[in-house]
Amino acid sequence: MSADSGAITRAEVAHLARLARLAVNDQELDVFADQLDVILGAVARVGEVAADDIPPTSHAVPLSNVFRPDERRAGLTQEQALSGAPAAEEGRFRVPQILGEEE
Amino acid sequence: MSAPASTPGLVDYDEVVERFDPVLGIEVHVELNTNTKMFCGCPTDFGAEPNTQVCPVCLGLPGALPVVNRAAVESAIRIGLALNCSIAPWGRFARKNYFYPDMPKNFQTSQYDEPIAVNGWLDVELDDGEVVRVEIERAHMEEDTGKSLHVGGATGRIHGAEYSLLDYNRAGVPLIEIVTKMIPGTRERAPEVARAYVTALRDLLRSLGVSDVRMDQGSMRADVNLSLSPRDSGVLGTRTETKNVNSLRSVERAVRYEMTRQAGVLLDGGPVVQETRHFEEASGTTRPGRRKETAEDYRYFPEPDLVPIAPSQEWVEELRGTLPELPWERRKRVKAEWDLSDEELRDLVNAGALDLIAATVAEGAPSGEARSWWVSYLAQQANTRGVELAALPISPADVARVIELVASGELTNKLARQVVDGVLAGEGAPDDVVKARGLAVVSDDGALITAVDEALAGQPDVAQKIRDGKVQAAGAIVGAVMKATKGQADAKRVRELVLERVNA
Repeated sequence: MSADSGAITRAEVAHLARLARLAVNDQELDVFADQLDVILGAVARVGEVAADDIPPTSHAVPLSNVFRPDERRAGLTQEQALSGAPAAEEGRFRVPQILGEEE
Repeated sequence: MSAPASTPGLVDYDEVVERFDPVLGIEVHVELNTNTKMFCGCPTDFGAEPNTQVCPVCLGLPGALPVVNRAAVESAIRIGLALNCSIAPWGRFARKNYFYPDMPKNFQTSQYDEPIAVNGWLDVELDDGEVVRVEIERAHMEEDTGKSLHVGGATGRIHGAEYSLLDYNRAGVPLIEIVTKMIPGTRERAPEVARAYVTALRDLLRSLGVSDVRMDQGSMRADVNLSLSPRDSGVLGTRTETKNVNSLRSVERAVRYEMTRQAGVLLDGGPVVQETRHFEEASGTTRPGRRKETAEDYRYFPEPDLVPIAPSQEWVEELRGTLPELPWERRKRVKAEWDLSDEELRDLVNAGALDLIAATVAEGAPSGEARSWWVSYLAQQANTRGVELAALPISPADVARVIELVASGELTNKLARQVVDGVLAGEGAPDDVVKARGLAVVSDDGALITAVDEALAGQPDVAQKIRDGKVQAAGAIVGAVMKATKGQADAKRVRELVLERVNA
């Protein structure tokens, strides 16, 4: 799905929507395909100015090796952890039936 | 162990080997035994109440930011070095995106194309002493997922479940994934090679002290990839990945079963489906899970909340200096030092006793006593409890201390076994047990003399026999004294005192 391969297809948008668990109708597929094209086109311009000797950047801050000592810190209680959950049972988060995949 | 001939679709093992070459690949996930999780300060203890070892970071709450656990990176580098890997001078974490509630963030923080360790090897010894070199592709850092409990439906499995319950205590526990390259050319020994590799890796990780490596508790998990090529064709077949392989024996069974199953599919003219399969412990078979090609679109991208890890040469060399004597080096040394035959050595290794004995010797115990404790009394205790020797709740240092107490005369052999029982029962270190149970040998002559005099007075006829020169009669008096002191006296000293006091 490289940016310079031209227009992003409806099929690609439909695939992305499925991966993101978004319900997208036919009309929206057209809209999003056009919009994503514009976004990818804008990002692709970076490639025009970045020479081969400039490595890709993944982080805005030029740091490495930021570590934490292996020391315990107080977290949340079970009650606090579950307080934002729509449903809980037996001290656990309750989620709807999981379909399709099994890990 | 081969499947019954009547089962349709399975091929006799000998025929599989005659017609196909198996190609193995093994992925092992190992949970590190750090105090805290990979990216937050939550504890990693096994078996805590659900959702009591969680915080905003590992629950993926908005605004929470991860910070890498230095000890986990050190363990990862040490594992890489012990596996003869190159350590990457620079690498990033990546997000593996998927929708499944075992990670509350909707992604798992992992390493993708920049693993911390690459291109190593592990020499694996088979039961008959043959050595197979297994090439290591990579070892990378990631985090473990939460635990799901599927409720409703008949099987407790995901299909038919009405809903699921999630415990995130395990989510974020540091995990190292170790992946082999393809292991070709193992022929009929493929199942044995697979088991031997996982065994060797477990022993290595244990000696590094980086993990509990308990397959029964899930702190070490093996996924077995297998494909079959038509014999001598060199053409790779389609592979399956078998998960839920929870013991060393299951590794061997799973490979063997997949060989016979895939051969059946191929000889029937059908293609082997590329998929994840689940090993069924009870039947020794595998059943299909999800299909690979639809599930593998994880849209990895570099983790923006973490900065790169760039281990300096000095740091790597410093960690290399902390590598302990590795299991195979130890075996070689111990074999020479204890003057063992190949067979004796292999018996100790297979009993899981060798490393424990060597560790006990390293704590200062003589090798003969150390061997004796681990292969007899402790082996019996392990057997009775149905656990592996290494899983007994007693350390080599504890055993060495007990041996020391016997050597110094503070414990008799009988008392020493009671002390070991106490340690196994969770009563503390040997010295604590001695104190709490009052087990020390009565070495105070004053107390012993009193007991000896009482015993002599209680059996005047025996005393007279001794005085008449029948020294062997002293045994009855020694026995009475030992009984009176509840076995806590040194029998040799008691005997000396009896002979001394009888004429007093």
